[in-house]
Amino acid sequence: MFGKLSWAAIPIDQPLPMIASGVVAFAITGILLWVVLKGHLPYLWHEWITSVDHKRIGVMYTLLAMVMLLRGFSDAVMMRLQQSVAFHSQGFLPPEHYNQVFSAHGTIMIFFVAMPFMIGLMNFVVPLQLGVRDVAFPTLNSVGFWLTATGALLVNISLMVGEFARTGWLPYPPLSELTYSPGVGVDYYCWALQISGVGTLVAGINLVTTILKIRTRGMGYLRMPMFCWTALASNLLIIAAFPILTATLAMLLLDRYLGFHFFTNDAGGNVMMFMNLIWAWGHPEVYILVLPAFGVFSEVISTFSSKPLFGYRSMVAATMAICILSFMVWLHHFFTMGAGADVNAIFGIATMIIAVPTGVKVFNWLFTMYGGRIRFTSPMLWSIGFMITFIIGGMTGVLLAVPPADFLLHNSLFLVAHFHNVIIGGVLFGAFAGYTYWFPKAFGFRLHEGLGRAAFWFWISGFYLAFMPLYVLGFLGMTRRMQHYDVAEWRPWLVAAALGAGLIMIGIAFQIAQLVVSIRRREELRDVSGDPWDGRSLEWATASPPPAFNFAVLPDVTGEDAYWALKQHAKDDAEEANEGHYKPIEMPRNSPTGFVCAFFATVMGFALIWHIWWMVIAGAIGAFATFVVFAWRDEDEYIVPAAEVTRIDRAHRARQHARFSAAGVRS
Amino acid sequence: MTAAATATAHGDPHHLGALDHDQRASNQRGPAPKRIVTGYGFWIFLLSDMVMFSAFFATYAVLHDQTAGGPGGAQLFDLRSVAIETGCLLASSFTCGLASIAADVRNRVWFQAAMAVTCALGLAFLSLEAREFASLVAQGAGPTRSAFLSAFFTLVGCHGLHVSDGILWLLTMMAQVAAKGFRPDIRRRILCFALFWHALDIIWVAVFTVVYLLGSAA
Amino acid sequence: MNILDPQGPIAAAEKTILIDSLAIMLAIVVPTIVAIAAFAFWFRAGNSRARYLPEWAYSGRIELVVWSIPALTVILLSGVAWIGAHELDPGKPIPGSQKPLKIQAVSLDWKWLFIYPDQKIATVNTLTIPSGVPLQFALTSASVMNAFFIPQFGSMIYTMNGMTTRLNLQADKPGDYQGLSSHFSGDGFAGMSFAVHAVSESAFNDWAAQTGRTGGRLNADSYATLAKPSTNDKPTTFRLDDQNLFEAIATQKLPPALGPQDASSSVEPTGVRDVR
Repeated sequence: MFGKLSWAAIPIDQPLPMIASGVVAFAITGILLWVVLKGHLPYLWHEWITSVDHKRIGVMYTLLAMVMLLRGFSDAVMMRLQQSVAFHSQGFLPPEHYNQVFSAHGTIMIFFVAMPFMIGLMNFVVPLQLGVRDVAFPTLNSVGFWLTATGALLVNISLMVGEFARTGWLPYPPLSELTYSPGVGVDYYCWALQISGVGTLVAGINLVTTILKIRTRGMGYLRMPMFCWTALASNLLIIAAFPILTATLAMLLLDRYLGFHFFTNDAGGNVMMFMNLIWAWGHPEVYILVLPAFGVFSEVISTFSSKPLFGYRSMVAATMAICILSFMVWLHHFFTMGAGADVNAIFGIATMIIAVPTGVKVFNWLFTMYGGRIRFTSPMLWSIGFMITFIIGGMTGVLLAVPPADFLLHNSLFLVAHFHNVIIGGVLFGAFAGYTYWFPKAFGFRLHEGLGRAAFWFWISGFYLAFMPLYVLGFLGMTRRMQHYDVAEWRPWLVAAALGAGLIMIGIAFQIAQLVVSIRRREELRDVSGDPWDGRSLEWATASPPPAFNFAVLPDVTGEDAYWALKQHAKDDAEEANEGHYKPIEMPRNSPTGFVCAFFATVMGFALIWHIWWMVIAGAIGAFATFVVFAWRDEDEYIVPAAEVTRIDRAHRARQHARFSAAGVRS
Repeated sequence: MTAAATATAHGDPHHLGALDHDQRASNQRGPAPKRIVTGYGFWIFLLSDMVMFSAFFATYAVLHDQTAGGPGGAQLFDLRSVAIETGCLLASSFTCGLASIAADVRNRVWFQAAMAVTCALGLAFLSLEAREFASLVAQGAGPTRSAFLSAFFTLVGCHGLHVSDGILWLLTMMAQVAAKGFRPDIRRRILCFALFWHALDIIWVAVFTVVYLLGSAA
Repeated sequence: MNILDPQGPIAAAEKTILIDSLAIMLAIVVPTIVAIAAFAFWFRAGNSRARYLPEWAYSGRIELVVWSIPALTVILLSGVAWIGAHELDPGKPIPGSQKPLKIQAVSLDWKWLFIYPDQKIATVNTLTIPSGVPLQFALTSASVMNAFFIPQFGSMIYTMNGMTTRLNLQADKPGDYQGLSSHFSGDGFAGMSFAVHAVSESAFNDWAAQTGRTGGRLNADSYATLAKPSTNDKPTTFRLDDQNLFEAIATQKLPPALGPQDASSSVEPTGVRDVR
């Protein structure tokens, strides 16, 4: 009846996961109860859960990422603590648990923190920057988000029911084959990623179509803000890379479920093929994450330097060059496989070539600051922290691309330090910069600046204290994923790294405090202008938070930095542009399709993991039925009447008018 | 006019004037109409699907001689049956094209008839494939026999799964047209379905060549 | 364990390449970091002496420089990488007149088996080698992937079932070193370290002769027992009965290890507990 599932699946004898899942379950129940008792459920359902508004979906993606960051970070703390005590001892985590912790940490941080954070920012910002009302496929957008959430949910269920993969964040066979990993851990991993991978692919298709086909009048390719360019590159990579992941995991699942022989030791299976396939996805994945972050930094540095981005043309070229080159370097992840000198050298050099466009970007940001009037707000602090940190990470990356150096440093803590250096210093700092930068646009009030700065300083000092020792440990020959060790000289560095994690924890505490304090003091932090940072691109032209339709009249774009030009014009003439001719606006109707579909996906994923076949069939039928019901509806749009549009827009214009006349008088 | 003046005064800090000139005209109309957007988005999906197939093709290419002492392609493939399969699928693409034309001229009878024939041809294809798979398994050449057979069943089976999904979609579209007529949203879906069905043909041509023709020759 | 304190020619050459590459990159990385800090400081909004150039965003010359600096650095480093990858390819024999010592390494769950085919001996989790003599390793795995690594001797290499990888190393002088597995391989992974004793050539010959007289016998049967999962194994030595043992493992004549035995009840990691 319930396949492999039995009461034995719940690890009652292991206190750590039980406490952790208890806390999570308690928190979720508490929040749900509060929502229901306070009567917020209808609001949540109508305004958020069923919303197909790209802004709401973007916010939900970001929220998911931040919640999962807490989960992933607690795994990190456990690893740092374990390694700082496990000298000549087993520490407090036995291997079967420690191995789950680092596997879950990597999986969560990449797939359920970095990915949703970046996709969330792109979802929220791109249509606003392009001056349009929504993404190409609003309902699919909702489906994509909820499928991502399904994946995150399955990973968290594994804490309480069964186990998670013990194979690392990429389940290399043959270790991940049924022979060597008979538990359900790898199945949790695979199904969570297969389901959320569909969500990611949908998001990618959606954003590419939006950027290529839905731009406002006059928004030519070479007038798009840099963030749109990097979003385009990143989503093109999603479309080209994620299907490879889907295929690879499908093969692994076929091996595990039906006894196929893709990656098995016996019957002609080939483990090297897995490594090639997984990194053919995995290396572009790195750029999927970091390219949007580059876009965020481009926006932030230009805005807070009060200058256009330097070398826009080079930036576009560099972005697209990275996009293409990222598919030509995957083999550098396994120089130590013995592929031969020519192969290693060619892939090493190809890897280094990526450093050229990346270096160009750094220099361009540098020259964007040149001649600017730099305001050191917290988004700008994250950006400068990024530039310095990322250069170091890039340098160690190029070092690892030199095959003989990699022969010494591969799989060592040096490698771990390197990719944290680029992913924290690049992706996460970018995510935080974007979050602080666009928060006022999303909610109409700023985040508390002092707490934001405190968070930044703790994060960056914690980062250096946690990861510089890991570089040293790499030189001391320490490999990654060691549950215990007996080399005395490693210990002090591991203790230092644990202290660094502690500093980061304080940084995260400040971020939580910042959010709470800002919400409570939102009236003080209110931004009525819609343009709190003196922005340059179109998202700042509309109100904060923007109306559902974003723009009452789609703006006409006549150059780069569209909103900046508009403001200069308005200031020069001490007047704002004339209001347009208001027309009724058609907007997509909200739909529970995404949520319902994700519900069935969760059921199906869980059933597949535990081999509960009747439930798999029920879930599949449910998902198909959801789509048919969705397809059957007669009205997929509603009309915002012209009078309503006029009322909303005039209120915003009145506020802007006051501001521009003031500025006009001043200048 | 004032807007253009603004551009020269404050715009173009990047000296993109020359590059920018041509494509300003191209985006003069703003967002593309829905039919274009939908078709375009679906094309991108199809491209991603083809990337997935190429991963399976690559795998097949790597594993095609890993027979682990079991039978190889030359011993197993029955080219005559596969040729009939190919014929069914190619013909179904033609009838699917007829259905698209019928939808364009809003002719329900012809649309339903053409879709029904497409469905029948698709089912014929699937049953031939199922028969082939069953006979292979009966000979002891199932997917668990060797890495080669794993790759073969996965590649061909994945295409078969797509065809099955396509038939499910096809029946849904027939029901939708019967219930709702040729509404704009339904016509967009018909466009996507047609793209999907033709794309499956393209993939099958590759499967037929790489797996069956080259496999039998070897 | 310190790779910056190499004890063999391969490790020394790799360390040189590592330091050289680092130096080449630091030459542009340090000035860039300084420039970032300097620009950020000088062009702060409060500095009235800094010139504000609100429209300045284009300079063909700077863009040319900006592309050429990283390009030139990469061209230089590419040379280093190309030559280094060929000179230090793990499979390339170490030049010299001395006859190399053949060692066959097998990663098991979770220990290392070292076979000395010419000496007809084998060891587990301990490796004794003559210093100053080139070592020719042939490596494979009896179950999952691992990587063989003696940090102070240089180059690590993967071990994979059904395949043989090759590695050439050499120790400069007698001493005690440590080796480990540098590719995660499951629950016993952290215990897969092994002691490396480099001794003089005569001492090695004595040790080999001594080991060939004592110790248990290693053949297909005792190998089957050895291949069962176990963790933190003590160093052991064997007399080698079957000279083709390594080939049998590498070509899968001896089937790959079965992993945790009770694959049916899978929720609890019982396989691990059994071996404890």
